[in-house]
Amino acid sequence: MPAPTLPSENPAAAAVTPSGYAIEFDNVSIAFDENIVLNGISFQLAHGETKALFGVAGSGKSTLLKLAMGLLRPDSGRIFVLGEEVTQMSEQELFQLRRRVGIVFQESALFDSLKVYENVGFRLLEEHIPAAEIERRVREVLRFVELERTYDMFPSELSGGMRRRVAIARAIITEPAVLLYDSPTGGLDPVTSNTIVELIIKQRDVYKTSALMVTHRLQDAFTMATHQFDKATNQMIVLPKGQRGEVPMSFLILRDGKVIFDGDAQQLAASRDDYIREYIS
Amino acid sequence: MAFELELTSPIDVAKDFALAVQEYTLLSAQCLANFFRRPLYMGDMLQQADLIGVGSLPIVILTGLSVGALLALNAASTLQRFGGITLIGQLVSIGMVTELGPLITGLMVAGRNSSGMASELGSMIVTEQIDAMRALGTDPTKKLITPRVGATVFMLFFLTIIADLLGLIGGYAVAHLIFGLNSEQYWTSVWQILVFRDVFTGLIKPVLFGFIIATIGCYYGISTRGGTQGVGRSTTQAVVAASVLILIVDFFVTKLIFAIFGYR
Repeated sequence: MPAPTLPSENPAAAAVTPSGYAIEFDNVSIAFDENIVLNGISFQLAHGETKALFGVAGSGKSTLLKLAMGLLRPDSGRIFVLGEEVTQMSEQELFQLRRRVGIVFQESALFDSLKVYENVGFRLLEEHIPAAEIERRVREVLRFVELERTYDMFPSELSGGMRRRVAIARAIITEPAVLLYDSPTGGLDPVTSNTIVELIIKQRDVYKTSALMVTHRLQDAFTMATHQFDKATNQMIVLPKGQRGEVPMSFLILRDGKVIFDGDAQQLAASRDDYIREYIS
Repeated sequence: MAFELELTSPIDVAKDFALAVQEYTLLSAQCLANFFRRPLYMGDMLQQADLIGVGSLPIVILTGLSVGALLALNAASTLQRFGGITLIGQLVSIGMVTELGPLITGLMVAGRNSSGMASELGSMIVTEQIDAMRALGTDPTKKLITPRVGATVFMLFFLTIIADLLGLIGGYAVAHLIFGLNSEQYWTSVWQILVFRDVFTGLIKPVLFGFIIATIGCYYGISTRGGTQGVGRSTTQAVVAASVLILIVDFFVTKLIFAIFGYR
Protein backbone atom coordinates (compact mmCIF):
# COMPACT_ATOMS: atom_id res chain seq x y z
CA MET A 1 0.00 0.00 0.00
CA PRO A 2 1.61 3.32 -1.01
CA ALA A 3 1.95 5.88 1.77
CA PRO A 4 0.09 9.15 1.13
CA THR A 5 1.87 12.33 0.19
CA LEU A 6 3.38 14.45 2.92
CA PRO A 7 2.21 18.04 3.17
CA SER A 8 5.59 19.69 3.32
CA GLU A 9 8.93 18.08 2.86
CA ASN A 10 11.20 20.30 4.83
CA PRO A 11 13.95 18.15 6.35
CA ALA A 12 14.29 20.37 9.43
CA ALA A 13 14.72 17.13 11.29
CA ALA A 14 18.28 16.74 10.06
CA ALA A 15 19.49 19.68 12.16
CA VAL A 16 23.10 19.18 13.18
CA THR A 17 23.85 19.50 16.87
CA PRO A 18 27.14 20.05 18.70
CA SER A 19 27.39 16.49 20.10
CA GLY A 20 27.51 15.03 16.60
CA TYR A 21 24.81 12.54 17.46
CA ALA A 22 21.04 12.76 17.67
CA ILE A 23 21.10 10.61 20.80
CA GLU A 24 24.03 9.42 22.88
CA PHE A 25 23.93 7.11 25.91
CA ASP A 26 27.10 7.07 27.99
CA ASN A 27 27.38 4.28 30.57
CA VAL A 28 23.75 4.58 31.66
CA SER A 29 22.38 2.41 34.44
CA ILE A 30 18.99 2.27 36.10
CA ALA A 31 17.40 -0.08 38.62
CA PHE A 32 13.89 -0.38 40.02
CA ASP A 33 14.18 -1.48 43.64
CA GLU A 34 16.57 -4.46 43.54
CA ASN A 35 16.04 -5.11 39.84
CA ILE A 36 18.84 -3.74 37.63
CA VAL A 37 17.18 -3.00 34.30
CA LEU A 38 19.98 -1.26 32.39
CA ASN A 39 23.58 -1.73 33.40
CA GLY A 40 26.20 0.53 31.82
CA ILE A 41 24.49 1.06 28.46
CA SER A 42 26.43 3.06 25.87
CA PHE A 43 25.50 3.69 22.24
CA GLN A 44 25.06 6.49 19.75
CA LEU A 45 22.33 7.29 17.25
CA ALA A 46 23.62 9.27 14.27
CA HIS A 47 21.57 12.04 12.69
CA GLY A 48 19.13 10.66 10.15
CA GLU A 49 19.67 7.10 11.33
CA THR A 50 17.00 4.69 12.56
CA LYS A 51 18.10 2.20 15.20
CA ALA A 52 15.93 -0.82 16.03
CA LEU A 53 16.11 -1.98 19.66
CA PHE A 54 15.59 -5.63 20.41
CA GLY A 55 15.50 -7.65 23.57
CA VAL A 56 13.25 -10.06 25.39
CA ALA A 57 10.28 -8.71 27.36
CA GLY A 58 11.49 -6.85 30.43
CA SER A 59 14.96 -6.21 29.04
CA GLY A 60 14.55 -2.45 29.44
CA LYS A 61 13.75 -1.34 25.89
CA SER A 62 10.82 0.91 26.82
CA THR A 63 12.78 2.18 29.85
CA LEU A 64 15.56 3.19 27.48
CA LEU A 65 13.14 5.29 25.41
CA LYS A 66 11.72 6.94 28.53
CA LEU A 67 15.26 7.75 29.65
CA ALA A 68 15.98 9.36 26.29
CA MET A 69 12.83 11.45 26.66
CA GLY A 70 13.76 12.46 30.20
CA LEU A 71 10.61 10.80 31.57
CA LEU A 72 12.86 8.71 33.84
CA ARG A 73 16.18 9.64 35.44
CA PRO A 74 19.07 7.16 35.31
CA ASP A 75 20.86 6.14 38.51
CA SER A 76 24.17 6.84 36.77
CA GLY A 77 25.55 7.77 33.37
CA ARG A 78 24.84 10.57 30.93
CA ILE A 79 22.30 10.92 28.12
CA PHE A 80 22.55 13.48 25.34
CA VAL A 81 19.63 14.28 23.03
CA LEU A 82 20.19 16.75 20.18
CA GLY A 83 23.38 17.85 21.91
CA GLU A 84 21.72 18.64 25.25
CA GLU A 85 22.46 16.63 28.36
CA VAL A 86 19.07 15.33 29.40
CA THR A 87 20.44 14.00 32.68
CA GLN A 88 21.38 17.52 33.81
CA MET A 89 18.15 19.26 32.81
CA SER A 90 15.28 20.29 35.06
CA GLU A 91 11.74 19.20 34.21
CA GLN A 92 10.97 22.72 32.97
CA GLU A 93 14.00 22.66 30.63
CA LEU A 94 13.00 19.20 29.44
CA PHE A 95 9.57 20.48 28.38
CA GLN A 96 11.37 22.72 25.86
CA LEU A 97 13.58 19.91 24.55
CA ARG A 98 10.64 17.53 24.25
CA ARG A 99 9.04 19.87 21.75
CA ARG A 100 11.78 18.73 19.32
CA VAL A 101 11.33 15.04 20.07
CA GLY A 102 8.32 12.89 19.21
CA ILE A 103 7.34 9.63 20.87
CA VAL A 104 4.87 6.91 19.97
CA PHE A 105 3.93 4.91 23.05
CA GLN A 106 3.40 1.16 23.13
CA GLU A 107 -0.34 1.44 23.73
CA SER A 108 -0.60 4.75 21.82
CA ALA A 109 -1.39 6.70 25.03
CA LEU A 110 -3.98 8.88 23.30
CA PHE A 111 -5.93 11.17 25.62
CA ASP A 112 -9.23 9.32 25.79
CA SER A 113 -11.28 12.37 26.79
CA LEU A 114 -10.09 14.32 23.75
CA LYS A 115 -11.11 13.88 20.13
CA VAL A 116 -8.62 12.75 17.49
CA TYR A 117 -7.98 16.30 16.23
CA GLU A 118 -7.36 17.50 19.80
CA ASN A 119 -4.96 14.62 20.39
CA VAL A 120 -3.04 15.18 17.18
CA GLY A 121 -3.03 18.95 17.54
CA PHE A 122 -2.33 18.88 21.30
CA ARG A 123 1.04 20.65 21.04
CA LEU A 124 -0.34 23.25 18.66
CA LEU A 125 -3.34 23.90 20.90
CA GLU A 126 -0.98 24.34 23.86
CA GLU A 127 1.02 26.87 21.85
CA HIS A 128 -2.20 28.81 21.05
CA ILE A 129 -1.66 28.64 17.30
CA PRO A 130 -4.70 30.00 15.37
CA ALA A 131 -7.50 27.44 15.06
CA ALA A 132 -7.53 27.48 11.24
CA GLU A 133 -3.79 26.76 11.13
CA ILE A 134 -4.20 23.91 13.64
CA GLU A 135 -7.01 22.37 11.60
CA ARG A 136 -4.96 22.59 8.40
CA ARG A 137 -1.93 20.91 9.96
CA VAL A 138 -3.95 18.25 11.78
CA ARG A 139 -5.79 17.35 8.57
CA GLU A 140 -2.49 17.19 6.65
CA VAL A 141 -0.85 14.88 9.12
CA LEU A 142 -3.99 12.72 9.43
CA ARG A 143 -4.00 12.46 5.64
CA PHE A 144 -0.38 11.32 5.89
CA VAL A 145 -1.43 8.40 8.10
CA GLU A 146 -4.58 7.90 6.00
CA LEU A 147 -6.99 8.70 8.80
CA GLU A 148 -8.47 12.08 7.90
CA ARG A 149 -11.96 10.64 8.35
CA THR A 150 -11.30 10.11 12.06
CA TYR A 151 -10.80 13.87 12.67
CA ASP A 152 -13.89 14.23 14.87
CA MET A 153 -13.83 10.81 16.51
CA PHE A 154 -12.81 9.75 20.02
CA PRO A 155 -9.91 7.29 20.47
CA SER A 156 -12.35 4.71 21.89
CA GLU A 157 -14.03 4.59 18.46
CA LEU A 158 -10.78 3.57 16.72
CA SER A 159 -9.18 0.17 16.21
CA GLY A 160 -5.76 -0.62 17.69
CA GLY A 161 -4.01 0.00 14.37
CA MET A 162 -5.83 3.29 13.84
CA ARG A 163 -4.90 4.45 17.34
CA ARG A 164 -1.26 3.62 16.61
CA ARG A 165 -1.38 5.68 13.41
CA VAL A 166 -3.05 8.59 15.21
CA ALA A 167 -0.24 8.40 17.78
CA ILE A 168 2.30 8.60 14.94
CA ALA A 169 0.43 11.62 13.54
CA ARG A 170 0.58 13.26 16.99
CA ALA A 171 4.30 12.59 17.22
CA ILE A 172 5.21 13.98 13.78
CA ILE A 173 2.91 17.00 13.55
CA THR A 174 5.64 19.36 14.80
CA GLU A 175 8.26 17.76 12.50
CA PRO A 176 10.50 16.64 15.37
CA ALA A 177 14.20 16.05 14.88
CA VAL A 178 14.08 12.75 16.74
CA LEU A 179 11.34 10.13 16.93
CA LEU A 180 11.04 7.38 19.50
CA TYR A 181 8.79 4.46 18.61
CA ASP A 182 7.79 1.98 21.31
CA SER A 183 6.62 -1.21 19.58
CA PRO A 184 4.74 0.66 16.85
CA THR A 185 3.59 -2.56 15.18
CA GLY A 186 3.08 -4.68 18.29
CA GLY A 187 -0.18 -6.64 18.27
CA LEU A 188 -1.22 -5.45 14.82
CA ASP A 189 -2.16 -7.45 11.73
CA PRO A 190 0.49 -7.78 8.96
CA VAL A 191 -1.21 -5.32 6.59
CA THR A 192 -1.50 -2.57 9.21
CA SER A 193 2.04 -3.32 10.42
CA ASN A 194 3.31 -2.92 6.88
CA THR A 195 1.55 0.44 6.54
CA ILE A 196 3.16 1.64 9.76
CA VAL A 197 6.61 0.37 8.73
CA GLU A 198 6.19 2.24 5.46
CA LEU A 199 5.31 5.42 7.36
CA ILE A 200 8.45 5.03 9.47
CA ILE A 201 10.61 4.42 6.38
CA LYS A 202 9.11 7.50 4.76
CA GLN A 203 9.81 9.55 7.85
CA ARG A 204 13.41 8.32 7.78
CA ASP A 205 14.08 8.75 4.07
CA VAL A 206 12.10 11.89 3.26
CA TYR A 207 12.41 13.90 6.47
CA LYS A 208 15.76 12.39 7.52
CA THR A 209 14.36 12.04 11.04
CA SER A 210 16.57 10.19 13.51
CA ALA A 211 14.68 7.43 15.28
CA LEU A 212 14.96 4.81 17.98
CA MET A 213 12.46 2.02 17.44
CA VAL A 214 11.69 -0.63 20.04
CA THR A 215 10.26 -3.70 18.38
CA HIS A 216 9.76 -7.42 18.89
CA ARG A 217 9.27 -7.98 15.17
CA LEU A 218 12.58 -8.67 13.52
CA GLN A 219 10.90 -8.76 10.10
CA ASP A 220 9.86 -5.10 10.48
CA ALA A 221 13.43 -4.03 11.12
CA PHE A 222 14.73 -6.12 8.22
CA THR A 223 12.08 -4.58 5.96
CA MET A 224 13.37 -1.18 7.02
CA ALA A 225 16.95 -2.25 6.32
CA THR A 226 16.15 -3.58 2.86
CA HIS A 227 13.67 -0.94 1.65
CA GLN A 228 13.86 2.70 0.77
CA PHE A 229 11.11 5.21 0.23
CA ASP A 230 10.69 6.19 -3.39
CA LYS A 231 9.33 9.71 -3.67
CA ALA A 232 8.49 9.28 -7.34
CA THR A 233 6.11 6.37 -6.80
CA ASN A 234 5.24 7.46 -3.24
CA GLN A 235 5.84 4.02 -1.82
CA MET A 236 8.65 1.95 -0.39
CA ILE A 237 10.69 -0.15 -2.78
CA VAL A 238 13.07 -3.06 -2.23
CA LEU A 239 16.70 -2.07 -2.63
CA PRO A 240 19.00 -4.11 -4.84
CA LYS A 241 21.25 -6.36 -2.73
CA GLY A 242 24.37 -4.28 -3.40
CA GLN A 243 22.77 -1.07 -2.08
CA ARG A 244 21.30 -2.38 1.19
CA GLY A 245 24.20 -1.17 3.28
CA GLU A 246 23.46 2.43 2.25
CA VAL A 247 20.22 2.60 4.24
CA PRO A 248 20.74 4.49 7.56
CA MET A 249 19.48 1.60 9.62
CA SER A 250 21.12 -0.20 12.52
CA PHE A 251 20.27 -2.77 15.16
CA LEU A 252 20.87 -2.85 18.90
CA ILE A 253 20.22 -5.91 21.05
CA LEU A 254 19.87 -5.81 24.84
CA ARG A 255 20.41 -8.74 27.13
CA ASP A 256 20.50 -8.74 30.94
CA GLY A 257 20.71 -4.96 30.99
CA LYS A 258 23.68 -4.75 28.62
CA VAL A 259 24.16 -4.07 24.92
CA ILE A 260 25.27 -7.32 23.28
CA PHE A 261 25.06 -6.12 19.69
CA ASP A 262 25.18 -2.72 17.98
CA GLY A 263 25.65 -2.74 14.23
CA ASP A 264 24.00 -2.93 10.81
CA ALA A 265 21.98 -5.72 9.21
CA GLN A 266 24.99 -7.34 7.56
CA GLN A 267 26.94 -7.46 10.83
CA LEU A 268 23.88 -8.88 12.54
CA ALA A 269 23.47 -11.60 9.94
CA ALA A 270 27.19 -12.43 10.22
CA SER A 271 27.19 -12.60 14.03
CA ARG A 272 28.53 -15.85 15.54
CA ASP A 273 27.05 -15.20 18.99
CA ASP A 274 24.78 -18.14 19.87
CA TYR A 275 22.18 -15.96 21.60
CA ILE A 276 21.99 -13.55 18.66
CA ARG A 277 21.81 -16.38 16.15
CA GLU A 278 18.97 -17.94 18.12
CA TYR A 279 17.27 -14.55 18.42
CA ILE A 280 17.31 -13.82 14.68
CA SER A 281 16.58 -17.37 13.53
CA MET B 1 -1.07 -24.12 47.17
CA ALA B 2 1.02 -22.40 49.83
CA PHE B 3 0.72 -18.71 50.50
CA GLU B 4 3.70 -16.79 51.77
CA LEU B 5 2.98 -13.86 54.01
CA GLU B 6 5.52 -11.14 53.42
CA LEU B 7 6.13 -9.07 56.53
CA THR B 8 7.13 -5.44 56.11
CA SER B 9 9.43 -3.95 58.70
CA PRO B 10 8.11 -0.96 60.72
CA ILE B 11 11.12 1.04 59.56
CA ASP B 12 10.16 0.51 55.92
CA VAL B 13 6.58 1.50 56.69
CA ALA B 14 7.80 4.67 58.41
CA LYS B 15 10.12 5.45 55.48
CA ASP B 16 7.30 4.96 52.97
CA PHE B 17 5.03 7.21 55.03
CA ALA B 18 7.71 9.92 55.28
CA LEU B 19 8.30 9.70 51.54
CA ALA B 20 4.57 9.98 50.82
CA VAL B 21 4.30 13.05 53.09
CA GLN B 22 7.30 14.61 51.34
CA GLU B 23 5.89 13.94 47.88
CA TYR B 24 2.46 15.24 48.87
CA THR B 25 3.99 18.41 50.32
CA LEU B 26 6.05 19.01 47.19
CA LEU B 27 3.03 18.46 44.97
CA SER B 28 0.95 20.88 47.06
CA ALA B 29 3.70 23.52 46.97
CA GLN B 30 4.13 23.11 43.22
CA CYS B 31 0.39 23.38 42.75
CA LEU B 32 0.27 26.63 44.75
CA ALA B 33 3.22 28.04 42.79
CA ASN B 34 1.46 27.18 39.52
CA PHE B 35 -1.26 29.73 40.34
CA PHE B 36 1.37 32.42 39.81
CA ARG B 37 2.85 30.93 36.62
CA ARG B 38 1.50 30.95 33.09
CA PRO B 39 -0.39 29.26 31.52
CA LEU B 40 -3.29 29.07 33.97
CA TYR B 41 -5.65 26.82 31.97
CA MET B 42 -8.79 28.78 32.84
CA GLY B 43 -10.85 26.66 30.44
CA ASP B 44 -9.90 23.47 32.26
CA MET B 45 -10.59 25.19 35.58
CA LEU B 46 -14.11 26.18 34.47
CA GLN B 47 -14.77 22.67 33.22
CA GLN B 48 -13.68 21.24 36.56
CA ALA B 49 -15.73 23.84 38.44
CA ASP B 50 -18.79 22.63 36.54
CA LEU B 51 -18.01 18.97 37.27
CA ILE B 52 -17.18 19.52 40.92
CA GLY B 53 -19.54 22.35 41.82
CA VAL B 54 -22.66 21.84 39.75
CA GLY B 55 -22.21 18.07 39.86
CA SER B 56 -22.07 18.07 43.68
CA LEU B 57 -25.04 20.40 44.10
CA PRO B 58 -27.79 17.75 44.50
CA ILE B 59 -25.88 15.84 47.17
CA VAL B 60 -25.03 19.06 49.03
CA ILE B 61 -28.65 20.23 48.93
CA LEU B 62 -29.90 16.91 50.31
CA THR B 63 -27.31 16.59 53.06
CA GLY B 64 -27.59 20.27 54.04
CA LEU B 65 -31.37 20.03 54.47
CA SER B 66 -31.14 16.71 56.31
CA VAL B 67 -28.40 17.77 58.72
CA GLY B 68 -30.15 21.06 59.56
CA ALA B 69 -33.44 19.26 60.18
CA LEU B 70 -31.77 16.56 62.30
CA LEU B 71 -29.86 19.12 64.31
CA ALA B 72 -33.10 20.94 65.08
CA LEU B 73 -34.92 17.73 65.91
CA ASN B 74 -32.23 16.52 68.33
CA ALA B 75 -31.71 19.91 69.94
CA ALA B 76 -35.42 20.47 70.39
CA SER B 77 -35.93 17.44 72.62
CA THR B 78 -33.36 18.77 75.08
CA LEU B 79 -34.40 22.44 74.82
CA GLN B 80 -38.05 21.57 75.39
CA ARG B 81 -37.22 20.10 78.81
CA PHE B 82 -35.76 23.44 79.88
CA GLY B 83 -38.42 25.51 78.17
CA GLY B 84 -35.85 26.93 75.77
CA ILE B 85 -37.36 25.86 72.45
CA THR B 86 -36.99 29.42 71.14
CA LEU B 87 -33.22 28.93 71.22
CA ILE B 88 -33.44 26.27 68.54
CA GLY B 89 -32.51 28.75 65.81
CA GLN B 90 -29.31 29.67 67.67
CA LEU B 91 -28.24 26.06 67.99
CA VAL B 92 -28.90 25.25 64.34
CA SER B 93 -27.22 28.45 63.24
CA ILE B 94 -24.02 27.98 65.23
CA GLY B 95 -23.87 24.28 64.48
CA MET B 96 -24.40 24.62 60.75
CA VAL B 97 -22.36 27.72 60.01
CA THR B 98 -19.28 26.99 62.10
CA GLU B 99 -19.07 23.22 62.01
CA LEU B 100 -21.54 20.96 60.27
CA GLY B 101 -22.00 22.93 57.05
CA PRO B 102 -18.30 22.97 56.12
CA LEU B 103 -17.63 19.50 57.51
CA ILE B 104 -20.52 17.66 55.89
CA THR B 105 -20.02 19.45 52.58
CA GLY B 106 -16.29 18.69 52.72
CA LEU B 107 -16.87 15.02 53.44
CA MET B 108 -19.52 14.69 50.74
CA VAL B 109 -17.38 16.39 48.11
CA ALA B 110 -14.36 14.34 49.26
CA GLY B 111 -16.34 11.13 48.75
CA ARG B 112 -17.48 12.24 45.34
CA ASN B 113 -14.51 14.14 43.94
CA SER B 114 -11.34 12.84 45.62
CA SER B 115 -12.26 9.41 44.32
CA GLY B 116 -13.09 10.83 40.89
CA MET B 117 -9.78 12.66 40.63
CA ALA B 118 -7.77 9.67 41.89
CA SER B 119 -9.41 7.29 39.44
CA GLU B 120 -9.19 9.67 36.49
CA LEU B 121 -5.52 10.54 36.99
CA GLY B 122 -4.73 6.95 38.02
CA SER B 123 -6.18 5.67 34.75
CA MET B 124 -4.14 8.25 32.88
CA ILE B 125 -1.01 7.01 34.67
CA VAL B 126 -1.55 3.33 33.88
CA THR B 127 -2.35 4.07 30.22
CA GLU B 128 0.78 6.30 29.95
CA GLN B 129 -1.32 9.39 29.16
CA ILE B 130 0.50 11.41 31.82
CA ASP B 131 3.86 10.38 30.31
CA ALA B 132 2.48 11.29 26.89
CA MET B 133 1.50 14.73 28.19
CA ARG B 134 4.98 15.28 29.60
CA ALA B 135 6.47 14.02 26.34
CA LEU B 136 4.36 16.54 24.44
CA GLY B 137 5.95 19.34 26.46
CA THR B 138 3.05 20.03 28.84
CA ASP B 139 3.39 20.02 32.61
CA PRO B 140 0.65 17.70 34.00
CA THR B 141 0.65 19.50 37.36
CA LYS B 142 -0.27 22.71 35.55
CA LYS B 143 -2.70 21.20 33.08
CA LEU B 144 -4.40 18.61 35.30
CA ILE B 145 -3.79 19.28 38.99
CA THR B 146 -3.82 23.06 39.43
CA PRO B 147 -7.20 23.51 37.66
CA ARG B 148 -8.72 20.79 39.86
CA VAL B 149 -7.38 22.39 43.03
CA GLY B 150 -8.49 25.89 42.02
CA ALA B 151 -11.95 24.69 41.00
CA THR B 152 -12.46 22.61 44.16
CA VAL B 153 -11.44 25.42 46.52
CA PHE B 154 -13.62 27.93 44.69
CA MET B 155 -16.67 25.71 44.38
CA LEU B 156 -16.49 24.21 47.88
CA PHE B 157 -16.63 27.72 49.30
CA PHE B 158 -19.97 28.36 47.58
CA LEU B 159 -21.28 24.83 48.12
CA THR B 160 -20.70 25.29 51.84
CA ILE B 161 -22.68 28.56 51.84
CA ILE B 162 -25.50 26.73 50.06
CA ALA B 163 -25.32 23.85 52.57
CA ASP B 164 -25.38 26.31 55.49
CA LEU B 165 -28.44 28.07 54.10
CA LEU B 166 -30.26 24.82 53.41
CA GLY B 167 -29.36 23.53 56.86
CA LEU B 168 -30.98 26.61 58.35
CA ILE B 169 -34.04 26.05 56.17
CA GLY B 170 -34.17 22.39 57.26
CA GLY B 171 -33.95 23.49 60.88
CA TYR B 172 -36.70 26.04 60.29
CA ALA B 173 -38.96 23.39 58.74
CA VAL B 174 -38.62 21.22 61.86
CA ALA B 175 -38.94 24.13 64.31
CA HIS B 176 -41.99 25.55 62.55
CA LEU B 177 -43.84 22.45 61.42
CA ILE B 178 -43.17 20.15 64.36
CA PHE B 179 -42.58 22.48 67.29
CA GLY B 180 -44.75 25.38 66.16
CA LEU B 181 -42.04 28.07 66.42
CA ASN B 182 -42.97 31.14 64.38
CA SER B 183 -40.79 32.29 61.51
CA GLU B 184 -39.68 35.59 63.00
CA GLN B 185 -38.56 34.01 66.27
CA TYR B 186 -36.52 31.40 64.43
CA TRP B 187 -34.83 33.63 61.87
CA THR B 188 -34.14 36.41 64.37
CA SER B 189 -32.34 34.01 66.69
CA VAL B 190 -30.48 32.52 63.72
CA TRP B 191 -29.26 35.92 62.64
CA GLN B 192 -28.54 37.47 66.05
CA ILE B 193 -26.34 34.72 67.43
CA LEU B 194 -23.86 34.83 64.57
CA VAL B 195 -20.77 37.00 65.04
CA PHE B 196 -17.82 37.65 62.75
CA ARG B 197 -15.82 34.80 64.26
CA ASP B 198 -18.51 32.24 63.37
CA VAL B 199 -18.78 33.36 59.76
CA PHE B 200 -15.00 33.53 59.43
CA THR B 201 -14.65 29.99 60.84
CA GLY B 202 -17.35 28.71 58.52
CA LEU B 203 -15.77 30.24 55.43
CA ILE B 204 -12.09 29.53 56.06
CA LYS B 205 -12.73 25.81 56.51
CA PRO B 206 -14.08 25.10 52.99
CA VAL B 207 -11.01 26.78 51.51
CA LEU B 208 -8.72 24.40 53.44
CA PHE B 209 -10.98 21.39 52.88
CA GLY B 210 -11.18 22.11 49.15
CA PHE B 211 -7.41 22.21 48.94
CA ILE B 212 -7.16 18.91 50.86
CA ILE B 213 -9.80 17.16 48.73
CA ALA B 214 -8.19 18.09 45.42
CA THR B 215 -4.53 17.67 46.35
CA ILE B 216 -5.13 14.31 48.07
CA GLY B 217 -7.23 13.05 45.15
CA CYS B 218 -4.62 14.17 42.62
CA TYR B 219 -1.71 12.89 44.72
CA TYR B 220 -3.17 9.38 44.98
CA GLY B 221 -4.08 9.53 41.29
CA ILE B 222 -0.60 10.34 40.03
CA SER B 223 0.99 7.93 42.54
CA THR B 224 -1.00 5.01 41.13
CA ARG B 225 1.01 1.87 40.47
CA GLY B 226 -0.08 -1.58 39.40
CA GLY B 227 -2.69 -1.31 36.64
CA THR B 228 -6.43 -1.26 37.14
CA GLN B 229 -6.13 -2.84 40.58
CA GLY B 230 -3.87 0.06 41.54
CA VAL B 231 -6.48 2.55 40.30
CA GLY B 232 -9.08 0.97 42.59
CA ARG B 233 -6.67 1.07 45.52
CA SER B 234 -5.79 4.73 44.89
CA THR B 235 -9.46 5.66 44.69
CA THR B 236 -10.26 4.10 48.06
CA GLN B 237 -7.15 5.49 49.72
CA ALA B 238 -7.90 8.99 48.40
CA VAL B 239 -11.38 9.07 49.95
CA VAL B 240 -10.15 7.69 53.28
CA ALA B 241 -7.12 9.99 53.48
CA ALA B 242 -9.07 13.10 52.43
CA SER B 243 -11.87 12.39 54.94
CA VAL B 244 -9.49 11.72 57.83
CA LEU B 245 -7.38 14.77 57.00
CA ILE B 246 -10.48 16.96 56.82
CA LEU B 247 -11.53 15.82 60.30
CA ILE B 248 -8.05 16.40 61.74
CA VAL B 249 -7.66 19.81 60.11
CA ASP B 250 -11.18 20.75 61.24
CA PHE B 251 -10.24 20.09 64.86
CA PHE B 252 -7.03 22.11 64.72
CA VAL B 253 -8.57 25.01 62.79
CA THR B 254 -11.42 25.23 65.30
CA LYS B 255 -8.93 25.11 68.17
CA LEU B 256 -6.76 27.77 66.52
CA ILE B 257 -9.71 30.08 65.96
CA PHE B 258 -10.76 29.66 69.59
CA ALA B 259 -7.18 30.50 70.60
CA ILE B 260 -7.16 33.61 68.41
CA PHE B 261 -10.67 34.95 69.07
CA GLY B 262 -11.30 33.39 72.48
CA TYR B 263 -14.19 31.17 73.57
CA ARG B 264 -17.77 32.41 73.43
